[in-house]
Amino acid sequence: MKSVRLEEQEQARTVTGSAASRPRLAKLFSKVRGEHILYVASIVGMIMLWHVIATTFFKPQFFPSPLMVLATGREMLASRELFEHMGISLQRILTGFLIGSAIAAPAGLIMGSIRTVRALFDPYTQFFRFVPSIAWLTPVVLWFGIGEVSKVLIIVYTTTFIVLINTMVGVAHIAPNKLRAAACLGATPVRTFLHVTLPATLPFILTGMRLAMGNSFATVVSAEMIAADAGLGYLIFNSRLWMATDKIFIGIVCLGMLGLITDRFFRYLIVRFAHQYGPIE
Amino acid sequence: MAAEFLMARDVSFQYVPQRGMPAPPVLAHFTLALTEGEFFCLLGPSGCGKTTVLNLMAGFLQPTTGRLTLADRPIHGPGVDRAVVFQSDDALFPWLRTIDNVAFGLRMRGVPYERRYAIAREYLHLVHLDGQEHKYPSELSGGMKQRVQIARVLANDPQILLMDEPFGALDAQTRTRLQDELVEIWRQTSKTILFITHDVAEAVLLADRIGVMTQGPGAQLSTIVTVDLPRPRRRGSPGFGEMWEQINTLIESEELGRP
Repeated sequence: MKSVRLEEQEQARTVTGSAASRPRLAKLFSKVRGEHILYVASIVGMIMLWHVIATTFFKPQFFPSPLMVLATGREMLASRELFEHMGISLQRILTGFLIGSAIAAPAGLIMGSIRTVRALFDPYTQFFRFVPSIAWLTPVVLWFGIGEVSKVLIIVYTTTFIVLINTMVGVAHIAPNKLRAAACLGATPVRTFLHVTLPATLPFILTGMRLAMGNSFATVVSAEMIAADAGLGYLIFNSRLWMATDKIFIGIVCLGMLGLITDRFFRYLIVRFAHQYGPIE
Repeated sequence: MAAEFLMARDVSFQYVPQRGMPAPPVLAHFTLALTEGEFFCLLGPSGCGKTTVLNLMAGFLQPTTGRLTLADRPIHGPGVDRAVVFQSDDALFPWLRTIDNVAFGLRMRGVPYERRYAIAREYLHLVHLDGQEHKYPSELSGGMKQRVQIARVLANDPQILLMDEPFGALDAQTRTRLQDELVEIWRQTSKTILFITHDVAEAVLLADRIGVMTQGPGAQLSTIVTVDLPRPRRRGSPGFGEMWEQINTLIESEELGRP
């Protein structure tokens, strides 16, 4: 009798034990959704495809395999060469991007809200937004030298027009009822601007900034290819001279990863701090 | 009865001609006088210019000719004495919580923090939104959003409420409830209300007087009908049906009157 009861107790204990651990496991697995598995499968599949194509059809110096790129990457990480290139590119991008956004968002809000200001500056906006930043590289280098200032200015230029136009579109999209409601609730034009126009436009500003971030990456690479002695653009272009295709691929992979990470981080900030403004995902 | 409170005298309105094409006048020689404390419904065929009347009274538009006054003061632009409840909930501020939406007008007018939230709470209670203070508009139903709009304008203590088909976009059940609640709010606050609708039953249920507009262009007031049904009104009562019939005939003849 006694032993049976003990056994029962033991059984009961194991049951409760596994029952307690099961929800924890289930919780972990519930976070891993089907799409996550697809993400991983897609990345692994792409790398395998890369490997197969590179090793079957190409000589290594024309199309290096992922393993070769990985080995070169390790070397460059060990010599800190890669950190240097990534650091300098990222620094240029962020400085230019932040200065550009800081200029463009207020300018876009004011141009969007005040018709005379818009009429004054709109011709320039419409003209210069079609002139790619890289077209300015030579004059800018002539005026500001070959140093950091030129590269940052080029990125400021790229960022400004994208954020500016998005902000103006945002102001134009404010429901007239919101402005009317604010007016009959007693808001002066200045307060309407600060308490209605600004928050209502924020999602558009943030979207413009996300787009501008992508263009900043493109611009920094072009600028570094032409006028720099460090950075990912320099790495890619300089490796061309030595036929170091593996290093070019390192540059490409780093650009993609840095872009992805900064965009994810930016999106996290939007969701975390501005979700009620209705940001566009 | 008090003297005329909100007054539109011989008002015409026409949009500015575009590319030399003169726009037909929306309103021509429109005259309307509201007495203080009354519930007035403006009823008319769709597209006749009801909303234009409201926009003129709110000060969003300026009349081409004629005069608009509130308590003998001319109306030049939007003001806190005339509060507007819009049909669309896009008039709410989605980045503000319910209570901050309601307190918005008080904040703009510099009412201190403690006081404005006390007032906002009071009016949220009046529109039966207790417990919803900290939700964002996107978390509220259509009916709740219109309640927020009503609370928001009442918190600002206006002299008159201008309501532009505020229940037009709601489902039938919610609309019925809000109609009853609006009558109750009107009774408690004794505000003057100008309510625009194209729903005859809604007008008969709510109004002291119903103004029927002519078909535009160049719309004006064709008839004013006093609704002398006792309150609270019941939608199924015989008097209600008769009144509905009478007004509906007026509207139909108005719609047939001009092609």
